[in-house]
Amino acid sequence: MIAKQVNQKAWFMVLPVFLIVAFSAVIPLMTVVNYSVQDTFGNNVFFWVGFDWFRDLIHSERFHQAFLRQLLFSGIILAIEVPLGIAIALTMPKKGWGVPLCLVNMALPLLIPWNVVGTIWQIFGRVDIGLLGHTLAALGIDYNYTQDPIAAWLTVIVMDIWHWTSLVVLLCYAGLCSIPDAYYQAARIDGASRWAIFRYIQLPKMHRVLLIAILLRFMDSFMIYTEPFVVTGGGPGNSTTFLSIDLVKLAIGQFDLGNAAAMSLVYFLIILLCSWIFYTVMSNVGEESSPKGGA
Amino acid sequence: MRLKWLVPVIYIFFLLLPIYWLVNMSLKTNEEILSVFSLWPQNLTFDNYRVIFTDKSWYSGYINSMIYVSINVVISVTFALPAAYAFSRYSFVGDKHLFFWLLTNRMAPPAVFALPFFQLYSSIGLFDSHIAVALAHCLFNLPLAVWILEGFMSGIPKEIDETAFVDGYSWPRFFVKIFIPNIASGIGVTAFFCFMFSWVELLLARTLTSVNAKPISAIMTRTVSASGLDWGVLAAAGALTILPGALVIWFVRNHIAKGFALGRV
Repeated sequence: MIAKQVNQKAWFMVLPVFLIVAFSAVIPLMTVVNYSVQDTFGNNVFFWVGFDWFRDLIHSERFHQAFLRQLLFSGIILAIEVPLGIAIALTMPKKGWGVPLCLVNMALPLLIPWNVVGTIWQIFGRVDIGLLGHTLAALGIDYNYTQDPIAAWLTVIVMDIWHWTSLVVLLCYAGLCSIPDAYYQAARIDGASRWAIFRYIQLPKMHRVLLIAILLRFMDSFMIYTEPFVVTGGGPGNSTTFLSIDLVKLAIGQFDLGNAAAMSLVYFLIILLCSWIFYTVMSNVGEESSPKGGA
Repeated sequence: MRLKWLVPVIYIFFLLLPIYWLVNMSLKTNEEILSVFSLWPQNLTFDNYRVIFTDKSWYSGYINSMIYVSINVVISVTFALPAAYAFSRYSFVGDKHLFFWLLTNRMAPPAVFALPFFQLYSSIGLFDSHIAVALAHCLFNLPLAVWILEGFMSGIPKEIDETAFVDGYSWPRFFVKIFIPNIASGIGVTAFFCFMFSWVELLLARTLTSVNAKPISAIMTRTVSASGLDWGVLAAAGALTILPGALVIWFVRNHIAKGFALGRV
């Protein structure tokens, strides 16, 4: 990488962005910090309680369960979406009229407002008017996502696969397209098997985009709110109440400020850690893709 | 591997099926939706769409969404341009930390910010205005715009800048006359992604509005929770929200991966 010119005046170019984002990020975050260490009896009178809210949170059964559900959800969708995404990217056409057709159709679910995604699946899965629910019922399968937790989970997971697998596909496809034809020709001369080509040519070329895809999917699934909220409302019972849904219930539904604020901060710290991993990976990607780097 | 093409075809079929079902429902009457189960409309009707285009409480939702999304795109791209240039060309005190801090805001869960935003914008009297939602969405769209633009700008050789300065261009003139035309496609892609992420977001938009700036997505959720649902109109409203993205997606099809990877592919 060519060394960048040192220029402190560049701060002036960044300043407007800094101010706007600080206004939207720092002030609200300070509000949260404030609430997390105080309690109130109403009338806007607050008093200092130190870390009580955090202590409550750490021992709170409700938080543990929401957190575990969240981890389980993120784990399941990663385990399905990543291999599926790679498989689809590998079978996509490399040239011809099929390429734009695939790209446009696959990107479509990514551009639908999240609550409409929820609405689509809410309708699609209904036993009385939905194609999926109706077909399953006709086949004699007992499926009702509003009453059966397993069915609710399946619906939310299939919905997420429908919504986001394309992201993995598109990123992997971009990685695959960067492989020069000469690599494949060399492999053919060596008589390499299909698996060897995948393992030693395609996977190494895809590993950077794949890392980006995995991190993005992990973080976005970790803060999923709208789609499951619209479909199941967090139910039946609490079975699909993920972290964000639980947090909004606490903060806006019950107006339980102290608990909500403590939970927000813990939540935010987890995301911060993930972002840091993401940033480190991204920076390494930048260095590796320069001519000097290996891979 | 002669059947290879089947995999994408099946996948696309799986993607389009639920969307087809929504469109199918939007072209039926409520009686038909609830009484007959059919794969296509028996009595084709456009009444559901007519309701949306004639009832102010419905179509104003689209106008509100369009207004705050447009404001957001303009703010994001305008301010992100010089910032992205600074990040891609210069090194300055705290640049790496700042770049990372911007990223954390793109990754921040909106649920954490919903309540504080509500209080912040209420206290400065901006609650239920388009500008409030536009500013709130800047939280994740400005960092996104900076990251994507930085990715595109770093692909432009530095020699272009240097030649222009040798030729006696001032910085603003160089930026507008030479640099911006060079990254025109990057700006288009950035605008598209800002548009998209502002358009699909619901939680903040819903929290910050009540009547005057209520987005279409929030109007839809209200209808969902009401008893005696008008399924046809709901489906029509949903189908219409898919339209803007579907219309412009063609132009960015080759850059989609780059945009989703925050300009890093």
